[in-house]
Amino acid sequence: MAGTSSGKLVVTLPSDKEILLSRVFDAPRHLVYEAMTKPEHVRRWWACMDGSTMPVCEIDLRVGGKYRYVTRMADGSEFGFNGVYREIVAPQRIVHTEIFEPYPDSPSLCTLTLEERDGKTYYQTLVQHETKEARDMHVSSGMETGAGIALDRVEAIARSLATPRPGEPAAARASEI
Amino acid sequence: MQADRLDATFNALADPTRRAIIARLVKGEASVMELAEPFDMSQPAISKHLKVLERAGLISRGRDAQRRPCRLEAAPLREVTDWLQRYADLVESRFQRLDSLLEELKHKEKRHGRNK
Repeated sequence: MAGTSSGKLVVTLPSDKEILLSRVFDAPRHLVYEAMTKPEHVRRWWACMDGSTMPVCEIDLRVGGKYRYVTRMADGSEFGFNGVYREIVAPQRIVHTEIFEPYPDSPSLCTLTLEERDGKTYYQTLVQHETKEARDMHVSSGMETGAGIALDRVEAIARSLATPRPGEPAAARASEI
Repeated sequence: MQADRLDATFNALADPTRRAIIARLVKGEASVMELAEPFDMSQPAISKHLKVLERAGLISRGRDAQRRPCRLEAAPLREVTDWLQRYADLVESRFQRLDSLLEELKHKEKRHGRNK
C-alpha cells in the first residue's frame, strides 16, 4: 500500500481499485456535515484552484437524489462531477456514486464517514473504482488539473485562505442556476 | 510508460513481507541473511522477494559475491509518492478552504447558540 500526506490529509491506496482519504477537522461533526452537504457552503471550498469558480452546485440530499458540481477554471474551461446518493445517515455516513463527467463510463462509489471525538471530526472517504485504470486516472487528475500549481503556490493559496475573501458572490451565482 | 513503472512498483509493494524489507532497508543496506532474520522465512523465500523488488528497480544488490548487500533505490518510490502527492495537495488545498469555513461556522454557532 502506498501512501502520502499533505498537511493534515492522508491519502492511501488500500487496494488496486481504491483511494482512501483521511483527515481531521477541528470542528464538531454536525458542522462538518453541514459544510459538506449545503450548496452555499460547498461553493466556498470545492473550487480549489486559484481563480476558479463554481457555476453549478446542486445537491438533492436524499437517497436516490442527485448532485452536480461544475468548476470553471480561470481559463474558462469547465469540468463537472455528478452522482446519486445511495445511503444517507446524517451526520455520520453518506454513500454516493461519482462520475467525473469527461469519463461518464467510469463511475466510482464513495463512502464518506464522519466520527466525532473530543470536539474534532475524523473524516474518511473511501473511493472505490471499477478498474485499476480508472483509479489511477482519478489520482492522475490531480496532476492534470494541478499541473500549473507548484507546491510553493499551494502554500501561497493556503496563506491567502487564512484571511477572509472580500465579497464572495456565492449568493449571486446561486440564482444563475 | 510511466503507468508501467507505477504498476511494477505497486505490484512489488503489494506484499507485506516486501514492504517490511523496504522498511528495513530505509535504515541502511543489509545482506539476505540479515533481512531473513526477523521473518519466519527461509533465505530462499526471502531471495524470491528480493528478486521481485530488484526487478521493479526498488532495490539494487552489491557486487560482493559472498554478501551481495541489498540497498534501497529511491527513484521509483519517489515517483509513486510524487504522483500521489500531487493529488493529495489538490485535495488538501480544497480542505484548507473548508477549514476556514468551519472556523466561521463555529463562531456563528457560538454567537447564536446551538439550539435556536
